Amino acid sequence: MLTNQANFKRDGVQDYVTVRATAIIMTAFTFYMLWFFLSTPTVTYEIWHGLFSSLAMKVFTFAALVSVMLHIRIGFWQVLTDYVKSTGLRAVVQFFINLVAFVYVAVGLFVLWGL
Amino acid sequence: MQLSFSVYRYNPDVDNAPRMQDYTLEVEEGQDMMVLDALIALKEKDPTLSFRRSCREGVCGSDGMNMNGKNGLACITPLSTFGRKKIIVRPLPGMPVVRDLVVDLSQFYNQYEKIKPFLINDNNQPPAREFLQSPEEREKLDGLYECILCACCSSSCPSFWWNPDKFIGPAGLLHAYRFLADSRDTATEQRLGDLDDAFSVFRCHGIMNCVSVCPKGLNPTKAIGQIKSLLLQRAV
Ligand code: SF4
Ligand code: SF4
Ligand code: FES
Repeated sequence: MLTNQANFKRDGVQDYVTVRATAIIMTAFTFYMLWFFLSTPTVTYEIWHGLFSSLAMKVFTFAALVSVMLHIRIGFWQVLTDYVKSTGLRAVVQFFINLVAFVYVAVGLFVLWGL
Repeated sequence: MQLSFSVYRYNPDVDNAPRMQDYTLEVEEGQDMMVLDALIALKEKDPTLSFRRSCREGVCGSDGMNMNGKNGLACITPLSTFGRKKIIVRPLPGMPVVRDLVVDLSQFYNQYEKIKPFLINDNNQPPAREFLQSPEEREKLDGLYECILCACCSSSCPSFWWNPDKFIGPAGLLHAYRFLADSRDTATEQRLGDLDDAFSVFRCHGIMNCVSVCPKGLNPTKAIGQIKSLLLQRAV
């Protein structure tokens, strides 16, 4: 799925599934974090550090970040092909949006394993 | 009782830009009529007003137009639907205007043509008399075959507005499913193959404008959902 998602040409079925799968992961992550904040009276650095120290949480967070990237990639491709009719401009906008999405994943990777 | 109308006027040969023209129509107190009857009465006073119509009973699909913001067939939409408010009549949105309320439906028909709207049967031995269907098989076509191609749905669909050259649109997809669901049709694989790209079907985001305007009460979104799941099953 990852390699397919790196393709330039979009695939309808693939995108349809990916958008939904990544939405589930992002929702799960959001609820998990929400639960963490609600169930933790004061979030100290130690507690915050502890939360991300387990491998499972690192992987979960990483999966959420990759999901955001894929979701952005497909979602913006759809929105931009609807509204930006000039191919050149669309390519530029798309490139920068994808770049930003990728930077989030890259930075997340360093933060998670660098802490 | 006097009713007021505001009608979209545009004749590309003489007008620089479209404009809205006001009309009034005298009707008997308590009398109701269809929007089409009112337009015909207005045309008697102003013969330059142009619109399409044929059957004037909701069968031919000629007089799809936008009335007070909602697409529908003028011939089966009573004036009373709009109360005492001014009635604003515009051509179907998103379609090139030929003149006044007459739009160019070429893109709409091109999409319809793409889905091969006819029965394909490759069996070497066609039945001697007729293709028989069980009542259950026939039932699967209900809610699909009734479409009259009035274009009310496709011209209310934002996805169709933005990509009328690539997205088949609700009407075309309803017909596509009508043949996919037909027990006598043998071209299922070929039909699905033709639809399997990022635009033809998957540009539908389930906004359901099509369902809310269809004058025949059909549900293109449901048919599109069935096509999507056939495409998904084919992919896994
Ligand atoms: S599905 Fe309904 S609105 Fe669309 S073309 Fe057919 S009859 Fe008209
Ligand atoms: S449900 Fe799909 S086809 Fe119908 S109006 Fe919405 S996007 Fe268009
Ligand atoms: S005139 Fe035929 S559908 Fe309205």
